[in-house]
This record gives sequence, structure tokens and C-alpha cells, in this order.
Amino acid sequence: MAREASTDVQKAESSNVPTVPEQTRTGPVYSPAVDIFENDNSITLLADMPGVKASDLEIDLRENVLTLTARVTTSGIAKESNVLREYRPGTFFRQFNLSEAIDQPKIDAQLADGVLRLELPKVEKARPRQITVRSA
Amino acid sequence: MLVRRVWPSRPTFEESFGDLDQMRREMLRLLETSSGDAAPDPGAGVFPPMNITQDDDSFYLRAEIPGIKPSELSISALRNRVSISGRREIAREHERVSYHRKERPEGTFNRAVTLPVEVDPERVDARYSDGILTLTLPKAEQAKPRQITVKS
Repeated sequence: MAREASTDVQKAESSNVPTVPEQTRTGPVYSPAVDIFENDNSITLLADMPGVKASDLEIDLRENVLTLTARVTTSGIAKESNVLREYRPGTFFRQFNLSEAIDQPKIDAQLADGVLRLELPKVEKARPRQITVRSA
Repeated sequence: MLVRRVWPSRPTFEESFGDLDQMRREMLRLLETSSGDAAPDPGAGVFPPMNITQDDDSFYLRAEIPGIKPSELSISALRNRVSISGRREIAREHERVSYHRKERPEGTFNRAVTLPVEVDPERVDARYSDGILTLTLPKAEQAKPRQITVKS
């Protein structure tokens, strides 16, 4: 009754799962809290990223996927010993699918006091157009 | 109103049990999160989360408070107690906008911590940069560890 062990190479089931690149750095990864709102001209994203410097922030937009990556670097605290620890500096990472066409060259990003403000202007053709009905 | 400090209910710094208590809490946290793949922040749900470190001379308190005006912060220190309170306001967007996400918290917050030894309130230094508030709290002279040389 022993089943003959199959030595045929099985075809790997091709999967169509969208993959998110894995982090190569160790340490915690946080999803920053965001506000996203839009008006007729643009989409605005605000993200809380405490401890992030402008040089450590990467914003990437390709194929309608917006990726925010930021690393928090701490320096000079190695000599200190912990008394109370409630947060661990780590990496901020979050991705968004954008449905509307974005005018990429006009994207504007500002980082102030740990809050990122990202203005994503819509391309001309994606803006809603008012159509006035003329009476004949 | 932001979530007030509920955990840890009372940070204890008693010389003999402080470390043990901290260890017990860390263990509990690990046990609670062992099923999940990532351990949450130890102070999740508390605003602002803060870390306190020390060296021989000072305590260093760092709190994550993104997007606040320094004038909106009120910090006070008395003996071995430090309190931070303030109000985080998110500016209203005046244009006609529709929100897709609204996750960033706003409101008032108030936290107080008790440090193991007294600090010198006159020399407390507060800095705010990149959304992190850093307080340097020099230990009071009588509370500093002293090197004792043994005379032969």
C-alpha cells in the first residue's frame, strides 16, 4: 500500500500576490499615522514621523504606489542607561495606492517638527470639470 | 482629549525592586504578544510616549510629540517629579476638502513621571527638534553618586 514516492519536479504554483519589499535593516517598523484629504486640484498627505530628519526620508511614487520610508537615527545615547522605555526608534514605512493620476514633477514635500506634508497635485485631465448646460 | 497615561500605572524606581518590576512587565508584554509577529510599543496608547535614560550627571527624557509649537508645551519640574502637558492642534484645512484618512491624534495631553532621585529644577534644559522633545534634567548635587577614595 506504500505510495510510490514521486520524484517528478512539481510545477510551482504561480502566485499573483503583490509583494512588498522586505526590510533589510533590523529593528521595528512602524506605520506612521496619516491624514489624507483631497480637493479638486490635489491630494494632501500629512504623516507623523517624530525623530525623522529630511535627509532620512525617502518618498517614492511609481506605478501609482506611493511609498514612504524614513529611518530614525539616534546618536550619543549609547552611554546612557535606560530608566523607562516606552518607544523604540525604528523605521517608518507605509505604502498607498493612488487612484488618480498625479503630476509627478509638481509633487511638493515639507518636513517640519516631525510632520511630513506631501502635496500631490493631480494632472490636468484628472481634475473634475464643471460642464455648463447651455440652453438652446 | 488624548489617552492619558494608564500604563504603566505607576513607574516604580525603588532601588531593589525597580529592575525586577521592569523585567516582569517586559515579560508580561512578551507573553501577551508572543502570538503576534511584532511586539507593539511598550507604551502603546499613551501620549506622548517617552523614554528616560540617565548617566551619572543627568536624566534625559525624550518624548515623541510631532507637530506641536514649543509655546504650546508646558513643562514643570519639582524635586523628583516632571510633568509635561500641552495641546496638540491640527490646523483645519480651509479649502473644500474631503478626508480619506484621519488618524493623527489631537487634543490635550498631560503626563507626569517620578524620577528615582531629585533633579535641579533651575538647570533643566528643554529642546524640541524633529518632533522630539528632549529634556535634560541634571541630578541634584546631593543625589549624584560620589567616588570615594580609600585612604591607606
